Amino acid sequence: MRDKALRVLYGLLIAATLVYVALPSFVVVITAFSDKALLMFPPSGFSLKWFERAITYEDFRKGLANGLIVTAWASGIALVCGTLAAFAIERFEFSGKRVLESVLLSPLVIPHFTLGVAMLILASEFNIARTFSLVVVCHVILVLPFVMRAVYVSLKNIDPALERAAASLGASPLTVFLRIDLPLLAPGLAGGWLFAAILSFNEFTATLFVTGQRTQTLPVAMYTYVREYADPTMAALSSMLIAATVLFLVAANRWLGLERILSIEHAR
Amino acid sequence: MTPDRRPAYFAWFILPALFLAVALVASLASLLQFGFREHIPGSLKVGGFTLENFGRMSDWVYLRVFIDSLLLSGCTAIANLLLGYPLAYALVRSRSSLLKSTILITTIVPMFTGDIVRTYSWLVVLGKNGFINGGLKSIGAIDTPFELLYTPLGVTIALVQYSLPIMVIILAAAISHIDVAFEKAAASLGASPLEVLWNVTLPLSMPGILSGTVTIFAWTLSAFATPQLVGGGKVNMISNMVYQLGFSNFDFPFAAVLSMVALALVFLVLYFMGLGLRRLERVGLH
Repeated sequence: MRDKALRVLYGLLIAATLVYVALPSFVVVITAFSDKALLMFPPSGFSLKWFERAITYEDFRKGLANGLIVTAWASGIALVCGTLAAFAIERFEFSGKRVLESVLLSPLVIPHFTLGVAMLILASEFNIARTFSLVVVCHVILVLPFVMRAVYVSLKNIDPALERAAASLGASPLTVFLRIDLPLLAPGLAGGWLFAAILSFNEFTATLFVTGQRTQTLPVAMYTYVREYADPTMAALSSMLIAATVLFLVAANRWLGLERILSIEHAR
Repeated sequence: MTPDRRPAYFAWFILPALFLAVALVASLASLLQFGFREHIPGSLKVGGFTLENFGRMSDWVYLRVFIDSLLLSGCTAIANLLLGYPLAYALVRSRSSLLKSTILITTIVPMFTGDIVRTYSWLVVLGKNGFINGGLKSIGAIDTPFELLYTPLGVTIALVQYSLPIMVIILAAAISHIDVAFEKAAASLGASPLEVLWNVTLPLSMPGILSGTVTIFAWTLSAFATPQLVGGGKVNMISNMVYQLGFSNFDFPFAAVLSMVALALVFLVLYFMGLGLRRLERVGLH
């Protein structure tokens, strides 16, 4: 009897926590269909006008375009640099290896605002303008650890006998890397790249410091909007982003397995 | 796995990453250097070398922000443990795969929607006419709205939701390493479910509890978007002070000092976590 009461209590606790975590997303979606310009709950009528405004608002369009440019470059560069570096660190001996590895992985624990201020000061010291390159370098540094972790995990799963077999049959080390390791690493790399892309697209704190009017990404444009306006346009845009995220996760789960992507996250 | 001898093309493998590492170290070095420079009011240029910026740290205004940040991070970490442990336990031990995937998906989605969407959502929930106040008013439960936005409580509520996914993932990994046989043995010897939890499962998940709580503490110390929007200038953490100093006062030297102290705090906290984990290992709990 007492056990049963405990079980019910436990179930209620779990349900309440899940509601707490999911509630804001649902509330935002409901608010997005409101017909009033003021944030009000419950909404008094139904309208799609905030979606129209969110899609046509110039700063959001530019922010999305900028964000996609930054994300494409940052995740691509991080994928190449991270894969090569992680492979070299895992497979070769060289002096300063541990130092290089700690520096490359340190952005996992460095506060993003610290890195943002640091990059901004570095740029101003060398008279570098706040261009896309600065934003991209900043993002690459931030997402590189996730690519490297993905490569480490995948490399551990490769049987070294395969590499030795190829080498004994006369393949050069470069051929072994390109023809044996790279294809075997591919699924892990896809997961790492995806994770890096999502992080870069959503990164806000460091980005706020290193972007200017011309280079602002979508999260920065959204932040500026929240500070200036209180209408549900942001709720409409947020709903679209939440929907896109859910679809994206479902697709990623289908093709790559959510577990794989999470094993990277778990390492954090 | 014996490392190969370095092939000729080896340099091409690490050069790009080396460039990034140098950029990162250079930026932190210039941050340090800026902390020792004189701030010229109204100008982005900095003056000569000075120690004054470090002296300003003892100003009550800034000490207060540090104390508030530590308190908010501490409360967030403890709330995370209390909410996250039951959730992680259900995620690992539940026999229903539907419940498992519900917990996993519900916890993970907010992690992937990004800071701004997540924080904005809390503005809609906590605001004067938001979900909580508007809802309670429309059923006639209250007349005057609760002050949730721009209060420490509101910021904590939003911060806990922000970090819960990571807590659950860390705790779930720790709990999944515990052999169910221990729990079954205790139960078969007559221990009640609560006794099993208290005497067997909790002590055995100590490494996860420690690393989860400390990780969340450090992670919350670095939070920016949540205190910036939900705190609205009334609840300030270190990050908000840094932003304000930099972009309202153009006092980048002092902003640099505060950023460095925040970085040092995070490293210190993680260092003590490492010590604690090693001690647990020695008692044989790892």
